[in-house]
Amino acid sequence: MAELLKVDDINVYYGAIHAIKGVSFHVDEGEIVTLIGANGAGKSTTLQTVSGLLRSKTGSITFDGQSIGGVPAHRLVERGLAQVPEGRRVFLQMTVEENLEMGAYTQPKANTPGSLERVYVQFPRLKERRRQIAGTLSGGEQQMLAMGRALMSKPKLLMLDEPSMGLAPILVEQIFQIIRDLHKAGTTILLVEQNAQMALSVANRAYVLETGKITLSGTGEELIHSDEVRKAYLGG
Amino acid sequence: MSFLDSLISGISLGSVYAIIALGYTMVYGIAKMLNFAHGDVIMVGAYICFFAVTRFNLPPLVGILVAVLLCTVLGITIEKLAYAPLRSAPSLAVLITAIGVSYFLQNAALLLWSPNPKVFPNFFILHGADGAEQTGLELGSLRISYVTLVTIVVCVVIMLVLTFFINNGKLGKAMRAVSEDKDAARLMGINVNTTISVTFAIGSGLAAIAGVLYMSAYPTLVPTTGSMPGIKAFTAAVFGGIGSIPGAFLGGLLLGVIEIFAKAYISTQLSDAVVFAVLIVVLLVKPSGLLGKVVREKV
Repeated sequence: MAELLKVDDINVYYGAIHAIKGVSFHVDEGEIVTLIGANGAGKSTTLQTVSGLLRSKTGSITFDGQSIGGVPAHRLVERGLAQVPEGRRVFLQMTVEENLEMGAYTQPKANTPGSLERVYVQFPRLKERRRQIAGTLSGGEQQMLAMGRALMSKPKLLMLDEPSMGLAPILVEQIFQIIRDLHKAGTTILLVEQNAQMALSVANRAYVLETGKITLSGTGEELIHSDEVRKAYLGG
Repeated sequence: MSFLDSLISGISLGSVYAIIALGYTMVYGIAKMLNFAHGDVIMVGAYICFFAVTRFNLPPLVGILVAVLLCTVLGITIEKLAYAPLRSAPSLAVLITAIGVSYFLQNAALLLWSPNPKVFPNFFILHGADGAEQTGLELGSLRISYVTLVTIVVCVVIMLVLTFFINNGKLGKAMRAVSEDKDAARLMGINVNTTISVTFAIGSGLAAIAGVLYMSAYPTLVPTTGSMPGIKAFTAAVFGGIGSIPGAFLGGLLLGVIEIFAKAYISTQLSDAVVFAVLIVVLLVKPSGLLGKVVREKV
């Protein structure tokens, strides 16, 4: 299958702190790939570098056949890259529908009604609450809104940063079901998660990040049964 | 002055404060900075209009348009040169820079246009059937000048247009998104730098309009003309809840009315003290200002 995203030897610094040390990975079209690792391992930093919010000092990032290293974040959306940021980051003072419209910012206005309809089919709860201010939604609903908002740009690659963070177990289950559904519908997904169990259960392939380096990689199945992963991330 | 007279001139002065306060509040909402040079843009706008009309003999309306255009360019330039390089600097650095820009504008004006006061012409004069100049309407014992009327109408129109633009326009919604969360806005494909430039452009264009209206009511034009209405409008923005557009409107109007009433009924010299005392009381009772937004975040 065609390679959609290729990250090759990136190094990212926060001032003097070397946060990402020579990370390389790739995502093929139609895959769910997950980056797992402990808090502070560099998962979010990696995603933010891909989406253009942070810069790598070295290496290259290729998306859909083109180099995107150094392209500012706001120019990547129209190329088909969408990120659901950690902590959801919905616009709390705007309505649900306005949040979704913001997701379609780079799209022609005529496409918005159709995109809204698709998102509302996927997330009926958002349709019920379309006129509500996003700040009044529950955490789970905000996560759905953040995902729906990202889908409004019809991305080729959807990057999810800790979608299960801070959610009750039943909602985590629900969010992962949505991820499976999106994948089935043909969306390529790059998933960053601390919840390794859930992430590995949905992923085709996975990479383990430890203090800024990739230490292990394999299929989701392989890693779920790997002793190292079990000890470190799956509680024995 | 009767009660009604005071009320009307208070609303008129308040309208000018409101228009200036909109610039403060929008820039604060989006760039999270207090642009203390905003008041001086008013002064620059007033000078431009003054010279356009008195030296280049342009019609007043064209003069105002030229002032708005040049101030818009000035606002964008100030932002690009002075503030954009400090986007990730501590807010104190930005604040000090803004004060620096304010002094720069005042001194540039001093150099270019000398400290001698210019008398700003009154544009709002009609000629009656007998050729006599009329500067206002007489309604019984009540006298309302055209300047007052125009100021109030212009303020209301600006308020309505701006509210519609922010609530319904694509760019307006993008501005709200940027004001809430810049990185999230970038991830939507919104160019944050452009959005900030547009905000400065709108604020500075409005400052030019406010400058002309203010000078029409208080026609002594000197390089420091902008400071006092600038500070009052900043107070108005904080009073109404900084970051809130209806707040700037309400804060501006109330401030103008309180100021004029304090002048009429308490003391001319103490009016400013009364204005700031009211501000202190409001902030003690409601620190976010009258219409300041406090959104509770559910997790």
